[in-house]
Amino acid sequence: MEPEQGADRRAEPVISLRNLRVNYGEREILHGIDLDVMREETLVILGGSGSGKSTLLRTLVGLERPSSGEIRLKGKNMATTSAAEMNAFRRKIGMSFQGGALFGSMTVGENVALPLREHTRLESSTIEIMVRLKLEQVGLTGFENYMPSQLSGGMKKRAAVARALAMDPEILFFDEPSAGLDPIIAAGVDELILELKKAFHVTIIVVTHELASAFLIADRMVLIDKGYVVAVGTREEMRSNTHPRVRQFLDRIPEPEVSREMDYLQMLTDDLRPGH
Amino acid sequence: MALAAKSVDLTARIGGSVIGGLAYLGALVSLTGRAAYFTFLAPFRGTRLRLQPAVSQAMQIGVRALPILSMITFFIGLILALQSAYELKRFGALHYVASAVAISMTRELGPLITAIVVIGRSGSAFAAELGTMKVTEEIDALETMAIDPIRFLVSPKLLAMIVMLPCLTITANAMGILGGALFGVTRAEFALGGYIRTSVEALLLTDIVSGLIKSVMFGMTITAVGCHEGFSTGAGAEQVGRSTTRAVVISIFLVVLVDLVFTALFFFLSEA
Repeated sequence: MEPEQGADRRAEPVISLRNLRVNYGEREILHGIDLDVMREETLVILGGSGSGKSTLLRTLVGLERPSSGEIRLKGKNMATTSAAEMNAFRRKIGMSFQGGALFGSMTVGENVALPLREHTRLESSTIEIMVRLKLEQVGLTGFENYMPSQLSGGMKKRAAVARALAMDPEILFFDEPSAGLDPIIAAGVDELILELKKAFHVTIIVVTHELASAFLIADRMVLIDKGYVVAVGTREEMRSNTHPRVRQFLDRIPEPEVSREMDYLQMLTDDLRPGH
Repeated sequence: MALAAKSVDLTARIGGSVIGGLAYLGALVSLTGRAAYFTFLAPFRGTRLRLQPAVSQAMQIGVRALPILSMITFFIGLILALQSAYELKRFGALHYVASAVAISMTRELGPLITAIVVIGRSGSAFAAELGTMKVTEEIDALETMAIDPIRFLVSPKLLAMIVMLPCLTITANAMGILGGALFGVTRAEFALGGYIRTSVEALLLTDIVSGLIKSVMFGMTITAVGCHEGFSTGAGAEQVGRSTTRAVVISIFLVVLVDLVFTALFFFLSEA
């Protein structure tokens, strides 16, 4: 709480990754990621399917352990942190999962109330008021007593955001916020993210492959490809970036097909050659 | 040369599956240990125990299983009476039917049949519930909310299991004896009261207690396997079905194994 240093604090990264590597079993998914996330910025992590962007997000919230490298949260290295410290950190973050991940056995209201009930000693009447407030913030007033199965895809996402907001997080994570939604509902979710950014001054990290959505909400973007950071920059910097993979992704150019007939033939007959 | 390579391969495979089996058992023990910590120790250290889900689990595991379990064990008691009468008749010792049924029900079949019914109803349900939660990222969501999934999901189930399985086993014992009584009254010239008195007199307290101790162990085994299989469900809905099947098969196997270990233990204890 040092208000006079406001400008400096904004300049220091909330999260900084240094040479971060993550493995699934034998296979390395992220090959040394360096990245800084600044306070109160909205960072969009872009990338195609299988690029490692979701793994990066899961590592940031502690669902995957890095095999080497550093994750520093406000200077503290999370790779060597204790379970208690990890939980303390997790109370200050909110995560909205791709499918919502609402608990199917609880009502929407109980879902939003859950973190409050588990981590605070608030009266249940206070919790009820807070739940209404959070639901109102995401435009779901009056849906407390609905079961998640009764909600549409877009409403589930909103309810998930309300739950992520329950503990007034400092960092909000979104996994594919517009996946599986029609363009109008998806635009509504983008709008919601922009509103949250304005209203709460939180740091927001979004993983997506939707270009339109990314260019709408991002302060900065990072493009992940095959487990490497290809480019980092503001919207303008990304638009003018000339790296071939950036161009390919932003201009939506499909992967080139096997070009030469001989390569194609060789690919088909590779294992058939004598000696194998 | 090829034979040598094959035998090395075989040894490696046997070694691999032994290590795999031991690792699996280790995972079950660690899961049970953590769930037991959250059920029995943590509530005294300020962590809330989720009593309400435990009660609804107990309803599901225990109360709703009563009709089917009562029917099955009644039939088993009747079958036992018929089978033992077949042999006892030859020695003119038909009146031993009562004690034969009572002892084999309370020591062995009561706990075992109860466990198998509960595996089918609840062990599979645990795996399906947690597996679905895994697939829909609800388990991950709990973790990012700093809520321990074992405390939140497993420990109410463990508590309900440990309480309800002995209760169900007592019911199963009683229904089995009643099933035997049906034979005793109709074919062995027992009066109902006399049959039940004979059964009760034949039983020692250790028969009942050893059965109940087994049933607690079975409850822990079923919970651990069902929840472990649920947690280790891979991505995709078809994986949930796979975990459910695995949970049932592995639970039955381990329950029989635990049964063998404890029966042997009680046997050697009674000899000493």
